[in-house]
Amino acid sequence: MISNLDYATLQQLWWIICSIVGALFLFLTFVQGGQTLLWQVAKTELEKSLVVTSLGRKWEMPFTTLVLFGGALFASFPKFYATSFGGAYWVWMLILFSFIIQAVSYEYRKKPDNVLGSTVYELFLFINGSVGVLLIGAAVGTFYTGSNFTLDLYNKVTWDYTLLGINLRGLEAAFSLFNLSLGIFLVFNARVLGTLYLLNSIDLSSTPDLESRLRKCTLRNFLIALPFLLYVLISILFMKGFSVDDAGIVSLVSYKYLSTLLALPHLLIMLLAGVLLVVYGVFTASFKGSDKGSDKGIWFSGFGTVFVGLVVLMLPAFNNTAFYPSKLDLPSSLTIYNASSSMYTLTVMTYVAIGIPIVLGYVIYVWKLMDSKKLTKDEVTNEESY
Amino acid sequence: MDIDLSMVNWARAQFAFTAMYHWIFVPLTLGLSFLCAFFESIYVRTGNKEWLNLTKFWMTLFGINFAIGVATGIILEFQFGTNWSNYSWIVGDIFGAPLAIEGIFAFFLEATFFAVMFFGWNRVSKKFHLFSTWMVAVGSNLSAIWILVANGWMQNPVGMLFNPETARFEMHNFAEVVFNPVAVSKFVHTSSSGFLFASLFVLTISSWFLIKGRHLQMAKRSIIVASVFGLLASSYVAFTGDEAAYEVAQKQPMKLAAIEGLYKGETRAPIVAAGILNPSKQPGDDQDPFLVEVKIPWALSLLANRSLDSFVPGIDDLVYGNKEQGIESVASKIAKGKKAINDLAEFKQARKENNNQKAELALAQFKKNQDYIGYGYLDKPEEAVPPIAIPYYSFHIMVALGTFFPLLFAAFLFYSLKGTIAEKKWLLPLGLISGLLGLIAQESGWVVAEVGRQPWAIYGLLPVKISTTNLAAVNVQITFFMFFAVFTLLLAAEIKIMLKQISIGPKEEL
Ligand code: HDD
Ligand code: HEM
Ligand code: HEM
Repeated sequence: MISNLDYATLQQLWWIICSIVGALFLFLTFVQGGQTLLWQVAKTELEKSLVVTSLGRKWEMPFTTLVLFGGALFASFPKFYATSFGGAYWVWMLILFSFIIQAVSYEYRKKPDNVLGSTVYELFLFINGSVGVLLIGAAVGTFYTGSNFTLDLYNKVTWDYTLLGINLRGLEAAFSLFNLSLGIFLVFNARVLGTLYLLNSIDLSSTPDLESRLRKCTLRNFLIALPFLLYVLISILFMKGFSVDDAGIVSLVSYKYLSTLLALPHLLIMLLAGVLLVVYGVFTASFKGSDKGSDKGIWFSGFGTVFVGLVVLMLPAFNNTAFYPSKLDLPSSLTIYNASSSMYTLTVMTYVAIGIPIVLGYVIYVWKLMDSKKLTKDEVTNEESY
Repeated sequence: MDIDLSMVNWARAQFAFTAMYHWIFVPLTLGLSFLCAFFESIYVRTGNKEWLNLTKFWMTLFGINFAIGVATGIILEFQFGTNWSNYSWIVGDIFGAPLAIEGIFAFFLEATFFAVMFFGWNRVSKKFHLFSTWMVAVGSNLSAIWILVANGWMQNPVGMLFNPETARFEMHNFAEVVFNPVAVSKFVHTSSSGFLFASLFVLTISSWFLIKGRHLQMAKRSIIVASVFGLLASSYVAFTGDEAAYEVAQKQPMKLAAIEGLYKGETRAPIVAAGILNPSKQPGDDQDPFLVEVKIPWALSLLANRSLDSFVPGIDDLVYGNKEQGIESVASKIAKGKKAINDLAEFKQARKENNNQKAELALAQFKKNQDYIGYGYLDKPEEAVPPIAIPYYSFHIMVALGTFFPLLFAAFLFYSLKGTIAEKKWLLPLGLISGLLGLIAQESGWVVAEVGRQPWAIYGLLPVKISTTNLAAVNVQITFFMFFAVFTLLLAAEIKIMLKQISIGPKEEL
């Protein structure tokens, strides 16, 4: 069956797969969000321990998903991988640094003789959750706002944006209000998800203060995130888009993304459903009342985030649009059709992708098994905690 | 095409540094994960709490190591894009696939079951916990397979075709890429060397406990398991190392000549068991390559071609050609390569002008020489020679240590079975330093493989110097020092934490 798919279908399929991985990553940034909350919601050593241990059991998930996101893009859209990572050098390098320092922090934070002291490791976690997520948002924003590169006949990338004589290599992405807003939205959304996850995973009966702080934080961070989300969404509706015509010529077209949403209504529905789910998750957590379902917010807001993320990643790629546009040289812009691997490779990779549901299956199974009991005070006071 | 050599060299240095760093931790992950699985299996079988404590002790060290292994890995994956974007574009169609597969299958397996292994003691059943520990071991070794498929393909590119329309290599047979003989031999050699290294690590720490007179029971138990595993692994390492050398001889004759310091090819070639290179020796001159040497007659012909009477080409033969043996000179390959580059440019130009007839003609010309295209970027024939001294000495160090380790394990096993291991004051210090020796052998092996591959990124097809990103050297310099600072700091922390955990030792049943 897979061997019957035509080239264009495979290319679209692989963009969808990469988008799913990316959107799941955004859900999993609840770990990053939680990291930035550490000092704010946890006041005692016990509370801190609960928060860090609970996050620490999941930290590998967003990390590994990010690695997979990179690998999947490399295999399916190598021209994008080469152009973006090689071109927007500094954005990616800083993102990577923030993940390097995250990876050791959980394991080393509480260990005796850890050289740097636990505060520094907590700072590492904070940087990863704030700067790291912000830059990822800015990088994704360039799918809409474009980047400053040209490709030569052999697809070698040249990046050209200088400030005071220095080639910024992608850092200029942060100068765009749109990119920044997307980044800030992701940071605060991650914090919302972080609180919801912690409410779900920790047995808060012995730490009522932590619980009330978490619930307050959910609402507050959501209210901060909301205007940035609205700004991003409204901009998308009104902005010009990088449209590609039948001959492959790229041009700026007014209301491009709006017309894509109208042409592909399932994207529009996903977007609306996503936003509503996020909001619903926040409400269940913030206005608890006697409702027992109030620790399930993470699932609503989490899947809401997945839907919003999917739309954000798919909108700039479908309906004849260049997903990695060049501001300097429109013909250099990348589309899912000119940036992909060969048909053979995409076909092979599609067979490989059949394994993804199996992997997801055991990840979910193990997650359920491990989280069937909430994390308790007793558990973090013995040795198997972070 | 202008090439910024300073950028190229900084990018090489950065790759070398970060990869060698990653490799401090990875072999331990590969092997210690299995040792933990063995220890835990014994615990589950016997139900003996002491084996549980022993397992937990080694797992703690595993976890400390694992975290930094993961931290250093992510940068390698993205470095292909950031520093080697031209490479990523030209071979991404083939090279990206194993990296993606590694992410899907190996890393998630590890990451998921890692959480159970560390936090699941009271959350899942004993059996499921043991299963998870085994899965972590399987997962880490699966990641080795895929990354080594990728690396094996760089050493011996198979299963692909050059597509002139896109000016890149494209995959054409996935099975050939996966079952590439170089990849297979790399995997068996590398994973077994990881088992060997982890066994040495266990010997090191257990010897220390014995020397200090602490945790005697636990140390002796660990030694028995580790020396059995290590003895098996080290025989396998030697066996697969021989296979690796055979593959090198077949697929990368220049690398073989470099690691043997062989300038003039011979039939019934001897192997240099030990020797000091003459530092002023240059390809093509008449100086003796060695100042001092000890040879084993005929051995090289046997090793390289599995036949005593076979001819093993030296550096001079490979660079300047050897009519008698039918070896083409590099100068002639360079000339063909330059033609291929021109024809390709003409083809691209004609396509741009929509001149199909001209394009067809240029393409036909290009096809005649396309296999040499990489040589067209070399400036002179001698550029095809890798550095000699580094791979030569590294190889000899690795082999010497590879001969020593099985003896060491045998001695440990022998005295453990006799029950006198704690009294062997001459043996324990050897055990104590063996971990360090293992690490030296590990890093040497990679230096042989990677420095010996120079000047090629993709052997014979794509030189390193045209694989880089179009990026000012200063950027790479800055990130180099950032990595250097961060990694050094993290290593210091890792070592201190580990030493502390070792000195705390395992929990003991009273
Ligand atoms: C404990 C570590 C260790 C030990 C004792 C040995 N090796 Fe090794 N060797 C490695 C660890 C290693 C490695 C780090 O795993 C390498 C690097 C690349 C690779 O594929 O494996 C390697 C590479 C490597 C290569 C280069 C492969 C290439 O260029 O692609 C050869 C020819 C050998 N080995 C041969 C041997 C021989 C004949 C040994 C004698 C017993 C030996 N090795 C012991
Ligand atoms: C983890 C073990 C490894 C170590 C210790 C290692 C070591 C090195 C060293 C020393 C160099 C520099 C060679 C020189 O420039 O003279 C290098 C370069 C490089 N290696 Fe490796 N390597 C490892 C694994 C790999 C793997 C698995 C791959 C590919 C999948 C790879 C790809 C490269 C690339 C692309 C370069 C840069 C280009 C070049 O200089 O050839 N390495 N590595
Ligand atoms: C130079 C090319 C390499 C790249 C791009 C690379 C990439 C990575 C990445 C991204 C991780 C983190 C995975 C996670 O998210 O959990 C990682 C960890 C790991 N890598 Fe590598 N790696 C390279 C070389 C190697 C080699 C040569 C091996 C084995 C033969 C290896 C084996 C492992 C293992 C076992 C881990 C698990 C954790 C640990 O290192 O302790 N890697 N690698």
